Amino acid sequence: MDRRESLRTLLIGGAGTGLLLSCRLDEDPDVSQLTDIKEPEYDYGRTPEEQAIIEELQEQEFYTEEEMKTIAVISDIIMPGDDTHKPASEVGVPEFIEFITKDIPAHKIPMRGGLRWLKNESYKRFDKDFLEITDVQKIEIFEDIAYPDHVKPEFTQGAQFFSRIRNLVTTGYFTSKEGIDYLGYVGNRPNVWDGVPQEVLDKHGLAYDEKMLKEAVKPEERNDIMDWSNYEV
Amino acid sequence: MSFQIIEQAKKYDVCIVGSGAGGGMAAKILSEKGYKIALLEAGPDFDPANPEQRTQLRWPWESPRRGASTFQRSFGDFDMAYGGWQLEGEPYTKERGTEFDWFRSRMVGGRTNHWGRISLRFGPLDFKRKDFDGKGDNWPIGYEDVKPYYDKVDKLVGVFGTKENIPNEPDGFFLPPPKPRLHELYIKKGADKAGIPMIPSRLSILTKRVNKKRQACFYCSQCSRSCTVYGDFSSSSVLVNPAKDTGNVDLYVNAMVREVTTDENGKATGVHYIDKLNLKDYKVKAKVVILAASACSSARILLNSKSSAHPNGLANSSDVVGRYLHDSTGASRMGFLPELMDRKRYNEDGVGGMHLYTPWWLNDNKNLGFTRGYHIEYWGGMGMPSYGFGFNMEALNSLVPGANGETKKAGGYGLSFMEDVKRYYGSTLGMSGRGESIPQKDNRCTIDDKTVDKYGIPVLKFDYKWTDEEIKQAAHMQDTFEEIIDSMGGIALGEKPGKESNYGLTNPGQIIHEVGTTRMGDDPNTSVLNKYNQAHDVPNLFVMDGGAFVSQADKNPTWTILALAWRASDYLADELKKGNV
Repeated sequence: MDRRESLRTLLIGGAGTGLLLSCRLDEDPDVSQLTDIKEPEYDYGRTPEEQAIIEELQEQEFYTEEEMKTIAVISDIIMPGDDTHKPASEVGVPEFIEFITKDIPAHKIPMRGGLRWLKNESYKRFDKDFLEITDVQKIEIFEDIAYPDHVKPEFTQGAQFFSRIRNLVTTGYFTSKEGIDYLGYVGNRPNVWDGVPQEVLDKHGLAYDEKMLKEAVKPEERNDIMDWSNYEV
Repeated sequence: MSFQIIEQAKKYDVCIVGSGAGGGMAAKILSEKGYKIALLEAGPDFDPANPEQRTQLRWPWESPRRGASTFQRSFGDFDMAYGGWQLEGEPYTKERGTEFDWFRSRMVGGRTNHWGRISLRFGPLDFKRKDFDGKGDNWPIGYEDVKPYYDKVDKLVGVFGTKENIPNEPDGFFLPPPKPRLHELYIKKGADKAGIPMIPSRLSILTKRVNKKRQACFYCSQCSRSCTVYGDFSSSSVLVNPAKDTGNVDLYVNAMVREVTTDENGKATGVHYIDKLNLKDYKVKAKVVILAASACSSARILLNSKSSAHPNGLANSSDVVGRYLHDSTGASRMGFLPELMDRKRYNEDGVGGMHLYTPWWLNDNKNLGFTRGYHIEYWGGMGMPSYGFGFNMEALNSLVPGANGETKKAGGYGLSFMEDVKRYYGSTLGMSGRGESIPQKDNRCTIDDKTVDKYGIPVLKFDYKWTDEEIKQAAHMQDTFEEIIDSMGGIALGEKPGKESNYGLTNPGQIIHEVGTTRMGDDPNTSVLNKYNQAHDVPNLFVMDGGAFVSQADKNPTWTILALAWRASDYLADELKKGNV
């Protein structure tokens, strides 16, 4: 049982008993059941001060419902996923954008204003809200703002916004479990480094020289305690 | 409300302020010799092995901000430094028209919990630069004085590297190094072509074990998150814990020291601190006081310790406390290497930091326009994504033709954009110069006569300007970076920083190697400490942090702080035995 699990058990007396207890409060001396016990959703070594900041931000809402819908739609156009990977809106990207906008307030005005720019542009072109236009129509707008080196003067602000939200969607996607799987990052786990795999060295026409091979740590010796006898400096 | 200073009943042999590299070392050496120690730390307790404080091996999605930096953690949400460029309620100020950025870490172990573990010895030349270029001052000691202690630090802490026989880059007791990563082999190819050396880096990370209490590195590359198995150096795991194990150390956490207390003869009697949790004032009495609060914090404590015997602040009859403040120079450049696109995936996290680096290679060249050198650090590879990953792809994805042979318009969206992120992953790299600056008497921190922190303690005001030497050095760095990137067949990214930005030279303080504020010397008129880190004016007061440095080589300061603190602690123990202190 890990620490979180044991904490949970400690607080609610094991799975399934919570509901039972709440029906018999008059008989139960444990008042902890009267309070709303909230497991911190984020538990990664925060100080109490940091935890409080996170909880405070999570209680605030910055984007309107409509804005969140728009963000989800844009997210999926930027990071649609593929045959085996879900799109951005299904892996927490809009929620990440909501949080980071509150956490880094410099995002607030450009994001809110950018979403409004998009809405306005949609009405201008199609006399409809961005959420109501067709996918083809959405793409028509994006084509005008997604390529910073090829932007007409009337779309420069839109392009600024698109670059910002593309950054946030991309970073949100590739820091999600799904995105890391798509990317193929295979680290962040205990392992033993013994250099670049031979087939990769061969492919790149590179090799370790004799000196390096002789001096580098031998994986099988990693747990040995270093012996300094016969070592001269 | 009455104001009361509570006196701790226990009298100590030694009171140490600060639990980082210097304070941790002093606590370990002196407690093992049987002295009773009060170790004061301005932040909370911290142990890298404490699961409740762990960030190592966390995934980016465990953070709602995906590892973005915060006010509390300037280097990102998973970095293990409580503190940063600003601390709530503890400001510092700057002279108009000057810049200084001050990184403070408040926790047991201090800044050793997140640093780069680059553990370089100063060389013979680094202690005597004035003999060679006529600038600044020589140290009162030389390499031969410190070498025995560097040797001991190597064996105690553990550092990997290779013997290279480079005159000013002394070899040490090295654990075997890890093999270079792919991008490092490519960079080395370019550097070889440009005639710039690259050798295995020297980092205090255990590729093999040095004792049974610490595990060997398991290659997660996350030293900045502090290692739960103590596979790298931090003061908490390597120094403070063994010191506590002696039973001779009382650790006071959240103890914010206001000043060193003195008697009518001007001798130190202990320290006055504020408990940050209950906000009460306390005094700790000790026969000896050691300041190791970081160069600027120790200077601040001394300057705030005014009395009739020390009207200019304690140990400051020379008016040198706070002066000669200097940091390493820094400049960087990024590059992109097409050969590294579409890479085969494998775990190349490696150790925390580079596996190869470039030591300064032009000591013999007298015609550079500047006289002190720099080393180069490198980064790149298939690292773990975190906030900022994938930003500004539009600067990359039109650089080379796509899979179909057509060059794309920069930017885009959709599956082909996703594929670009994947294709370019691991193809960017970077390099940073870290150079020696020449200490200036007028680059300094003083007490701001108008500002106090939330504890009522007067704060520091910084007044620091780079000279032409540092600016020319940064220009040389930029030329070198481009030469290396070009020679390896890469594309340097962004505009080359030019004169208008001082060639990308970082603000003073930003490299977090600030030292020199209580420098050592033989002449009490021009230095604060003698060659054993003991205050000229106050024999029972020592400073064992970077403040003692006469000059900061292009090497990172930690290894020298450790060696000097060990040496000074041995000296102090002898003096105590002889009854001289």
